[in-house]
Amino acid sequence: MHESIVTNAALTQYKSEVRDLSFYYGEFNALKNINMALHEKQVTALIGPSGCGKSTFLRCFNRMHDLYPGNRYVGDIILHPDNVNILASNVDPIEVRMRISMVFQKPNPFPKSIYENVAYGLRVRGVRQRAVLDEKVEEALRDAALWDEVKDRLNQLAFNLSGGQQQRLCIARALATDPEILLFDEPTSALDPIATASIEELITDLKDKVTILIVTHNMQQAARVSDYTAYMYLGELIEFGVTDTIFIKPKNKQTEDYITGRFG
Amino acid sequence: MSNADKLHEIRAIIVRHKRWDLVFMVVGMFALMIAVLTFTVLFTQMIIDGMPRLSWDFFTSFPSRRPGSAGILSAWVGTSLVMLVTIAAAVPMGIGAGVYLEEYAPKNLVTEIIEINVTNLAGVPSIIYGLLALGLFVYQLGFGQSILSAGLALALLILPVVIVTTRESIRAIPVAIREGAYALGATKWQTVSDHLIPYSAAGILTGIIIGLARAIGETAPIITIGAMTFIAFLPPSPVQTDFPFLSFEWLMSPFTVMPIQMFNWVSRPEEAFQLNAAAAGLVLVVMTLAMNAFAIYLRYRMRKKIKW
Repeated sequence: MHESIVTNAALTQYKSEVRDLSFYYGEFNALKNINMALHEKQVTALIGPSGCGKSTFLRCFNRMHDLYPGNRYVGDIILHPDNVNILASNVDPIEVRMRISMVFQKPNPFPKSIYENVAYGLRVRGVRQRAVLDEKVEEALRDAALWDEVKDRLNQLAFNLSGGQQQRLCIARALATDPEILLFDEPTSALDPIATASIEELITDLKDKVTILIVTHNMQQAARVSDYTAYMYLGELIEFGVTDTIFIKPKNKQTEDYITGRFG
Repeated sequence: MSNADKLHEIRAIIVRHKRWDLVFMVVGMFALMIAVLTFTVLFTQMIIDGMPRLSWDFFTSFPSRRPGSAGILSAWVGTSLVMLVTIAAAVPMGIGAGVYLEEYAPKNLVTEIIEINVTNLAGVPSIIYGLLALGLFVYQLGFGQSILSAGLALALLILPVVIVTTRESIRAIPVAIREGAYALGATKWQTVSDHLIPYSAAGILTGIIIGLARAIGETAPIITIGAMTFIAFLPPSPVQTDFPFLSFEWLMSPFTVMPIQMFNWVSRPEEAFQLNAAAAGLVLVVMTLAMNAFAIYLRYRMRKKIKW
């Protein structure tokens, strides 16, 4: 079984490569010289203790740090197949965010209708025809396993949904624009166990369509949903590899200590 | 010390400390009563004096030398038109400045100084705005002693209030909502116009109304720029029967407003004019209270619809 995964991994292509990435909040060096890759149509998990920089790393992928002053990237994040360095200063962060979507820690639907929430990404891109919007909204809601629950009340406020439904709505919102990579920042930390299970199942289903990078502080979750795992500590990438290897026989002593619960 | 002694001591301490509760309650209640009773007495007196004068004729008559046939027609029309100019000027400028400061302005020393100044401008005495308007609008820009000058003066007066409430309402929107919009590839303007302004609209509107409720009762700046105290004609109507149907001549018209009309009547020696003043005051108070009530209603509705 182990062999087959390695072979499978070798076959997949890189969707993105991170080269010598460092990141600074003002003077503070939050990420230190990170090198790794995202395999196409695979789930990559980022784990590590609080404050290790995993969310900071995730938010480099859609240039979220550009929203706040004093942040600085060093190094490259290359997006394949077109070999664009999305951190380059001549690449507009909006272009990056149109290619790479994000789902946040707490469900953050807009105070608009369910329909308008999902359609917003398309509206931003200038889509106006009702038929196209209808089709895309339905497709995204189906992909997010929410369609059957909301198809009769698309015009109701998104706030009326439960927490788990709201998070799936946010996933639909992120999917509606056909992103190349989908980022998840601890997407289940605000949800109950049943809603968490449904989101995890969804993530596993989605990897046929999209490359996924997920931050989680729940190691079982990383083990359940991911194909590759990166362990980070104090802004450094300590170990990166196939999830089974990382969890069964990590090379690094520190990774092992964290995974076996000796610290963290 | 035995357990019973200890308990006894604790109880004694509680009794001693609770005395202060009582003292404060009495003092606080007394202070509150002074405020409430004074207001009630003044308001009741105004109702008793003014109520009999309130009639349809009072609203449709010009001021007159005979107190019995004097009315507030030119005053309430003037107040309405001045408020219209104030809204037209203060709303776009206030929201624009607030949004700019909150979303677009770089966070540096200059912006910080501007921010502190805007907040402090809300406390500048209104007559200072009157003097500014006299120099700038009346003479420098040549608007004269007109509705336009008065409306702009009051707009300046309430601008800080509108800017501050706009910023506060926008800041109350959670970071997650803002980031959610940006993460979908929205530009700054798309985020502002599709999300920030709509979600803070009720809060901004509340600020505008509270500002207007202050402006409607302002007398000093209006007197400073030279409003008339006795006006027996109306400004040209904004709506015309002939093409192009809209006219802006009224902007340049001389005018009077409610508080000035009141001031004029109060300063007359005849007793009967005092009753007119009370009636006009009653109308003004009801206008202000209605505006504030509307603001409270809006805030209540917003809280019900949008919960973060």
